[in-house]
Amino acid sequence: MALQSLDIIARSATTTPSPQVRETMKVAKLIDISKCIGCKACQVACMEWNDVRDEIGTNVGVYDNPADLSADSWTVMRYSEVEVEQGKLEWLIRKDGCMHCADPGCLKACPAPGAIVQYSNGIVDFHQENCIGCGYCITGCPFDIPRISKKDSKAYKCTLCSDRVAVGLEPACVKTCPTGAIVFGSKEDMIHHAEGRITDLKSRGYANAGLYDPQGVGGTHVMYVLQHADKPELFSGLPKNPSISAMVGLWKGITKPLTSFALGMLAVGTLFHYVMKGPNEVSKDIEKEFENES
Amino acid sequence: MKADPNDLVRYTAEERVNHWVVGMTFILLALSGLAFFHPAFYPLTQLFGGGVWARILHPFLGVLMAITFTAMYFRFHKLNAITPVDKEWLRRVGEMVDGDDHNMPESGKYNGGQKLLFWLLVACMVLLTLSGLIIWRAYFSDLFAIAIVRFGSVVHAAAAAFMIALIMVHVYAAIWTRGTIRAMLYGTVSRAWAKQHHPAWYKEQTRGVK
Repeated sequence: MALQSLDIIARSATTTPSPQVRETMKVAKLIDISKCIGCKACQVACMEWNDVRDEIGTNVGVYDNPADLSADSWTVMRYSEVEVEQGKLEWLIRKDGCMHCADPGCLKACPAPGAIVQYSNGIVDFHQENCIGCGYCITGCPFDIPRISKKDSKAYKCTLCSDRVAVGLEPACVKTCPTGAIVFGSKEDMIHHAEGRITDLKSRGYANAGLYDPQGVGGTHVMYVLQHADKPELFSGLPKNPSISAMVGLWKGITKPLTSFALGMLAVGTLFHYVMKGPNEVSKDIEKEFENES
Repeated sequence: MKADPNDLVRYTAEERVNHWVVGMTFILLALSGLAFFHPAFYPLTQLFGGGVWARILHPFLGVLMAITFTAMYFRFHKLNAITPVDKEWLRRVGEMVDGDDHNMPESGKYNGGQKLLFWLLVACMVLLTLSGLIIWRAYFSDLFAIAIVRFGSVVHAAAAAFMIALIMVHVYAAIWTRGTIRAMLYGTVSRAWAKQHHPAWYKEQTRGVK
């Protein structure tokens, strides 16, 4: 156990408990959308620190660039112009990326042992050396975050800079944000910090300001302060009540061990059928009939 | 090759080769698929050169099985049309399983159980092929809405587990009924076997011969 902050509490495709005697502090990144100016410094910092460079794309007519997350773009700013009420246009800019769910759908869906891990500080991380490229993480994710690389067929996403956090640094996007819209610390502190921001926003006329920490996925380790927390969909389609899909639950739940057990029982059952009933042979009468013939 | 001139031909060489290509691809698909079905089976990926290779090979093997299974479907579907005799056979299947075939209605080339199995396998194959294409991430998944991919994942796993169970029954029935496996290995069965297990087929095959 080298780094306590990298203790793994959950591991994909692993049915026995991971080490959990030590408990580290839960961390969280808080993104205050009301303070974001859309400068994309976080995108640049992410590329710099993680040494990923996406292909130079084309301008699609809006600020979003790159237009979507990719295996080389782990965070993107999404811009939406919304008329929140008649005649009141708002430019809502959301830094999109992995939410680091407490109950991660990607990890639940992954069939490769140890390809997805959850650290005890709450970070959900992909270990590409164990990734087989099946894309089940995409199927499991309630936020449409993981992307499979065209170069190596491995899945990639935001790591919450687990390497920096492990040595006591904040994620690169937090470090670089010029307005302080992104802050990082213990989850408890971040919730407390958000409360102050929400009180401020409410006093400025944003009656529905609130914290986005969706409980359907057990809460997240990336949280947003939203000016309109009652309508998260306004922020480029942030889901209102995200949870792991019931289909994924059915696909990856108790049904599989039960089915495996049933198949095993069927195999054993056929053996016992043979042992108890004997082979289904040609009757002596018919056998004799043909013996005499030849 | 007919070891005994009195033996009856049950399967031609083409039918046997077709069956075994389907059989071999099924076994490889079941082994690689189970590896992704539950972590307990993940070590099976080692048979294919590791997890990544198992993931790459599985869908291509699936395409091969879908094509060869389709060929087999056209060879055998007419012979598997279910008749009232088959329904009666299925009603009495409990007696058969119990080891007493005295009251079983006379089967043709296939009995009711074999025919039911045939159609269930066809249904599984259709579901597995369609859902398999949907969850084939490297080429097709991006074309479908996430809800469809999730549904496809459930259908694929369920149909696969059911098909494995069906094939276990299929293999066991062939082992249990002595003298059956040779029909699919080198094509012939003894007359006694035919008269015992498929009397109507036996009469049809020997009509006018003796």
